[in-house]
Amino acid sequence: MLKQIRDGDWISLVLWLFRAVVILLVLYGTVAKLFFGVGNAYSGRDWANFFISGLSQGSLYALIALGYTLVYGVLFMINFAHGEFFMSGTLTATVFVALPLSASGFLDRTPIIGMMLILITAMSVSMGVALLTERVAYRPLRRAPRLVPLITAIGASFFWQYYFRGLFGSSLIPFPELQVLQGRYTILGVEILKTRAVVIVASLIMLVGLYFFVMRTKTGKAIRAVAEDKDVAALMGIDVDRTIAITFATGAAMAGAAGVLYGLVFRQVVFSMGFVPGIKAFTAAVLGGIGSIPGAALGGLFLGIFEAIGPPLFLEGLGIPGGHQLKDVIAFTMLVLVLIFRPQGIIGERLAEKKA
Amino acid sequence: MALLEVHNVHAYYGNIHALKGISLTVQEGEIVSLIGGNGAGKTTTLRAISGLLPPRAGYITLQGEDLRRYKAHQLVSKGVAMVPEGRGVFARLTVEENLEMGAYHRSDRTGIAADMKRVYQLFPRLEERRRQLAGTMSGGEQQMLAMGRALMSRPSLLLLDEPSMGLAPVLVEAIFQTIKEINKAGTTILLVEQNAHMALQTAHRGYVLQTGEIVLEDSAHNLQQNPVVQKAYLGID
Ligand SMILES: Nc1ncnc2c1ncn2[C@@H]1O[C@H](COP(=O)(O)OP(=O)(O)OP(=O)(O)O)[C@@H](O)[C@H]1O
Ligand SMILES: [Mg+2]
Repeated sequence: MLKQIRDGDWISLVLWLFRAVVILLVLYGTVAKLFFGVGNAYSGRDWANFFISGLSQGSLYALIALGYTLVYGVLFMINFAHGEFFMSGTLTATVFVALPLSASGFLDRTPIIGMMLILITAMSVSMGVALLTERVAYRPLRRAPRLVPLITAIGASFFWQYYFRGLFGSSLIPFPELQVLQGRYTILGVEILKTRAVVIVASLIMLVGLYFFVMRTKTGKAIRAVAEDKDVAALMGIDVDRTIAITFATGAAMAGAAGVLYGLVFRQVVFSMGFVPGIKAFTAAVLGGIGSIPGAALGGLFLGIFEAIGPPLFLEGLGIPGGHQLKDVIAFTMLVLVLIFRPQGIIGERLAEKKA
Repeated sequence: MALLEVHNVHAYYGNIHALKGISLTVQEGEIVSLIGGNGAGKTTTLRAISGLLPPRAGYITLQGEDLRRYKAHQLVSKGVAMVPEGRGVFARLTVEENLEMGAYHRSDRTGIAADMKRVYQLFPRLEERRRQLAGTMSGGEQQMLAMGRALMSRPSLLLLDEPSMGLAPVLVEAIFQTIKEINKAGTTILLVEQNAHMALQTAHRGYVLQTGEIVLEDSAHNLQQNPVVQKAYLGID
């Protein structure tokens, strides 16, 4: 720090102080909470509940974040329409599959088959929307400067939001409740909402499945090859355009599945539902180091848990009431901090520098 | 009919006219080398042949078939493989995964396994490093990997772009030895080099490229004796 003052490097000094203040605040709040009991008193079970709800929220972020990271990996582009891939599948599956199946009683009689049908529909629609977006809006811009597809992505995001609003209206649509998922499991003395448990388990299975797909299958290896060098990948006989489309579809399938899980937890869907989870998942992808698949998964889990535990822990410790409404503030503060101080992410590699 | 025929090819990067009417032929079984200074258009010629930079005028045939209708990734199954300049290994894939990518268009599992064995015989070093990330290998090892990977597609025509670049003299000898072996085993080779000395010793015939045009064409032996070539590319006055 002394060196920075001597060199007159005031900007990095200010940034350094800013970071120190944030860390001190978090530490102060945590200590005040844990050792001096500021704010509400929480039992161990309460903390476990915060953790579990954070974990379940985080696993949704993780699933969505994979789409950002996969696409960034192959195109170095932030696909801002990804939140809409998430929304489109769920909304369609809710209206055309979940609600009719629920009304006819099919969903409660055969919940597993019912959920499968909902999932397949949601994932297919999300994939279709993604493939269409890639083909029409992104592929023609492959050789354009990087900012161009970024702006197009924002346009695509608006397009799909209003397209689906036109299809399904702008009011909240209830996602049916499954009888089998009412109530709680008790695991090691901690009660967990069944829906949350299902979300966590289903997400983990998909995360592992995706990792296997990318690391072990021929198509997955081709995706990684295209991410490294498109010309050389083409020299290997890899159809680069097709592989990029598959990458979009893979990310969208994860998002579509995440959307159904989201419906299970929050029990309502709407055309604008993709926006906030989309940005949160983007934050998670950046946290984990965009371009890195394990990074996106860990970043998502970390963000979900941090959001859930942060408010009762250090926000209350700092004497800030109603902390739970501030969890978005925590997430976005974290995004800004990471972008300023560690753009390569917390666990990610120095992608930005290497590719630049 | 020649294996490869390049007919009066013009290629551009935007407005830059990089190839100004190149014609060359490679006969089946030959090693042909293309020499020239920096920026002469050697890499561009290979990119045109492999489909990465389609010619704006002129055309290229492989066994008489016009290649204009194919994209780069479709040419691999036609028998064209290329080791790009700077090797182009996939740094974050393992050695074995890199080799698998070389066989991407094939689906004959047993054939692929046999070819991988052959590559490991040719470059035992690669077998020791099978599970290592390609990016962590030395320059020489990466060159071996890039060549092995190209062989995995069972090419009839192998395009090599400066295989000796950045290698120690001992390794350069070894690489050119391997190039001869690959050729003896039945693969036709078009070799681009700045190391004209080694290239002309290895090749049967050669072309000299200068600012996008072919200025000389002869047997490798005659080119080595040619005073112009000696002065400009072999450092002999
Ligand atoms: N991507 C590109 N964009 C614009 N111009 C290029 C590009 N690549 C090559 N050129 C130009 O085309 C000409 C031929 O380049 P090329 O790479 O084929 O040369 P080379 O003979 O392979 O040279 P070297 O021995 O240095 O590799 C050069 O003038 C070069 O500046
Ligand atoms: Mg070159």
